[in-house]
Amino acid sequence: MTVEADVVIVGGGLHGCSAALHLAQRGRRVVVLERRHVGRHSSGINAGGVRTMNRDPAEIGLSVAGMELWRRIGELTGDDCAFHAHGQIRVAETPAELAKVAERVAMVRRLGFEHEELIERDELRRLVPAIAPHCVGGLIVRDDGAADPYRTTLAFGRRAAALGAEVREGEGLVALERAGADWLAVGEHGRYRAPIVVNAAGAWAGDVAAMVGDAVDLRVRASMMMVTERMPRFLDPVIASVGRKLSFKQSDAGTVVIGGGQQGTADRHTEKTRINFANLAGSARAAIALFPLMQGARLVRSWCGIEAETVDHLPVLGRSLAADGIIHSFGYSGHGFQLGPICGSVVADLAIHGATNLPIAGLGLERFAAQAANGKAAGIGH
Amino acid sequence: MSETFDLVVIGAGPAGLAAAAQAAELGLSAVVVDEQPEPGGQIYRAVERATKGPAAAALGADYAHGRQVVEAFRRSGAAYRPGLQVWQVEPSGEVLASDGQRSVAFAGRRALVAVGATERPVPIPGWTLPGVMGVGAGQILLKSSGMVPAGETWVVGSGPLPLLYMQQIIAAGGRIAGYIDTTPAANGFLAAPHLSAALRNLPYLRKGLKLRGALRRSGIPGHRADAVEAAGDGRVERVRFRSGGTWHEKPCDLLLLHEGVVPNVHVTMAIGCAHEWDERQECFRPRLDEWGCTDIAAILVAGDCGGIEGARAAEARGRLVALGAAASLGRIDDATRDRMARPLRRELRRHLPIRPFLDTLFRPRRGLTAPADAVIACRCESVTAGQVRETVRIGAVGPNQAKSFIRCGMGPCQGRMCGLTVTGIIAEATGRTPAEVGFFRIRPPLKPLTLGELAALGEDSGT
Ligand SMILES: Cc1cc2nc3c(=O)[nH]c(=O)nc-3n(C[C@H](O)[C@H](O)[C@H](O)COP(=O)(O)OP(=O)(O)OC[C@H]3O[C@@H](n4cnc5c(N)ncnc54)[C@H](O)[C@@H]3O)c2cc1C
Ligand SMILES: Cc1cc2nc3c(=O)[nH]c(=O)nc-3n(C[C@H](O)[C@H](O)[C@H](O)COP(=O)(O)OP(=O)(O)OC[C@H]3O[C@@H](n4cnc5c(N)ncnc54)[C@H](O)[C@@H]3O)c2cc1C
Repeated sequence: MTVEADVVIVGGGLHGCSAALHLAQRGRRVVVLERRHVGRHSSGINAGGVRTMNRDPAEIGLSVAGMELWRRIGELTGDDCAFHAHGQIRVAETPAELAKVAERVAMVRRLGFEHEELIERDELRRLVPAIAPHCVGGLIVRDDGAADPYRTTLAFGRRAAALGAEVREGEGLVALERAGADWLAVGEHGRYRAPIVVNAAGAWAGDVAAMVGDAVDLRVRASMMMVTERMPRFLDPVIASVGRKLSFKQSDAGTVVIGGGQQGTADRHTEKTRINFANLAGSARAAIALFPLMQGARLVRSWCGIEAETVDHLPVLGRSLAADGIIHSFGYSGHGFQLGPICGSVVADLAIHGATNLPIAGLGLERFAAQAANGKAAGIGH
Repeated sequence: MSETFDLVVIGAGPAGLAAAAQAAELGLSAVVVDEQPEPGGQIYRAVERATKGPAAAALGADYAHGRQVVEAFRRSGAAYRPGLQVWQVEPSGEVLASDGQRSVAFAGRRALVAVGATERPVPIPGWTLPGVMGVGAGQILLKSSGMVPAGETWVVGSGPLPLLYMQQIIAAGGRIAGYIDTTPAANGFLAAPHLSAALRNLPYLRKGLKLRGALRRSGIPGHRADAVEAAGDGRVERVRFRSGGTWHEKPCDLLLLHEGVVPNVHVTMAIGCAHEWDERQECFRPRLDEWGCTDIAAILVAGDCGGIEGARAAEARGRLVALGAAASLGRIDDATRDRMARPLRRELRRHLPIRPFLDTLFRPRRGLTAPADAVIACRCESVTAGQVRETVRIGAVGPNQAKSFIRCGMGPCQGRMCGLTVTGIIAEATGRTPAEVGFFRIRPPLKPLTLGELAALGEDSGT
């Protein structure tokens, strides 16, 4: 029997679940197909950073709009998602780095945003007493923060289900076929028919795009994380660094969670990942450089996610170029957690109205087509 | 910066020592890495030192054999690096180990995992109270420091080890307040069909009967129980047990629990080797071929971490794995390997027939792996069995989801103390087999490591 719906969403990560929630809220019949279980991949295991700070100009508007949803995340999802707005700080260790921060703040102001500020040594020390004494200041967004990624993803999935969405775990999409004006989504166990299909398949989104004729250049990111034993509370904000690959925060449980984009390895086909300890050592060095008290902290666990990365590190959010009724939302390239709540709203707009008022210019597939055309034009001369 | 060897062996128990000695005899470069200060593993712990005194005498004839195993290893020319905890093994055969300050890397053309067994967790009410520990831990104290417990010591459980331990304690001049046998009465009946095969292992059976006889003569009060609890304020003060439908309570200062041993599969699981569920032994074990090869070419397994077979079988398995490794590295031809393997396979056939009998006789009682709601399942994160059941009600289909929901298995022990319990609870609650439910994904490092030590690792290798 074929299940009929208004929208079929492929992928039960935060982006798929958020799209499902927004669509269900607006009365649409939604089916989410998730090959494993909700939150199994990046969305469930990321660093949980809720960050508008230091985003690419193309994303700032969307990210800032997303903050409105985070502020009322409890109302939206029925769970506080362990979201705390303790701020995020990107630490500068030298005057040269602080000068870069000043340039960044000026640039963001010119774009019309006020959320990023420069802080100097004393303010940094006041907010982060444990910071290494040589640090000279940094970039801050005072109401950025962090949340529990797995809880957040589940909360979106559960609220979507409570509003009538059907979330099918253990159901992988294997083919997409045209059925008149509709799409027929063929799963491992069932068939689903809807006029609109959302591609939120994370690292596997390129396969889904290919099913409808969109070619995208996607790489696999395998960012690593590690966590220490519980430590007495010493830190509230989330810390990043101007000069080092680092994201650093203390969880509610007291454990310290360290990431920052050092890469392990991931195999998209087996969905297995491996830690690269030589690279992870880089994260350890960065953490100790900014927080000398971490030297003796005991690392108990490390892990690695599988995520899609585009060539320009910006997501693909918009309609398919090759086929009607397909909406893409993938390629979040290491910073899609904070964007989850708002991008679901964008997808709902596109599914229902075919357009959105939210700022997504420059995030569609057209940008690659334009680049490819330019590339070809340049190639003719040879 | 790493030293390269043909064979890097993790674990200096009978399996690892025999494998390294055999490999060295065949001209392979081999090193044994072990976290203990001395060779011998679980059974022959401190065997080189414990040559005199009542504790040594109590440890008996097995110890004499252990001395030979260790001496043969010492003579073989294989390298030995004690006091190093292995915290990561790569599928390539690289092994990373720590002395607590600094890490060293060994590059193995083959890596042999010979890390032995661990005691099956015994989640009963009160098992997290100070003064409650495994019989194995008690035995380690006896073997490594000759420590005999004082006060009211109760031994609870099933299997040969509690009997052996009590005999050793009596022989060393100690006292046991009482023994509570939790072996289900029906097991004897179920094991009977395996007895004829077991008779091929008469020496083992005799040893078992001798242990039972010694226990009877020792005058240690024996009880049979189907439920046991530890109680006390801040530490264990009483043991409660149900025998013939009535509860009894006794004063208790030290409560030693044991419900058998299971393969230590954390290393092979962290590497990513394929595992299977062993129905008879109720545990996971790596899938191995007859030469101890896993599904990952550079990773080999011998001894109890590949399936519980006992010390003598572990030794034979270790030698077989060394032969297989030598052949696969092109140092001997297959014909030589097979010829040298023949007496070892005969040796295995001598030690293995008793296993079905023992495994069935000492099969853990039902309910042990799926305890009542109030009992702590995960000690590190204080998660109860009831909380694990609750995750099933809200949609968790496996241990990894349960871990994400409530942090069970996320503590420093990496799920060593709760893994089988969490699998058991979910299997019971969902009506699936443990094989279908699976086990925690094991995340490195295998043992906690300081950030300082990890940071230095990168600097050494210049990356
Ligand atoms: C270690 C790490 C740390 C990070 N830290 C942060 C951070 O601090 N802040 C931040 O903003 N972002 C962070 N990110 C990025 C963020 O996690 C991701 O951008 C975001 O979770 C992407 O969500 P998603 O829903 O697109 O993808 P996913 O969560 O990967 O979901 C995709 C889902 O699709 C399913 N799927 C795939 N193919 C199919 C198919 N054919 N049929 C059915 N289902 C399918 C998959 O099983 C998967 O569950 C981090 C990422 C990692 C890996
Ligand atoms: C607690 C306990 C007590 C036992 N007592 C007896 C007994 O009294 N009599 C008897 O017949 N059998 C006993 N057994 C069973 C017996 O130990 C095994 O049959 C036999 O020792 C198996 O040998 P093996 O070489 O496989 O492993 P083991 O002898 O267990 O050797 C494994 C070695 O690996 C090392 N190791 C483990 N992990 C790491 C790591 N990450 N890094 C570095 N080194 C590591 C350990 O230190 C150990 O030395 C006991 C088992 C246990 C678990």
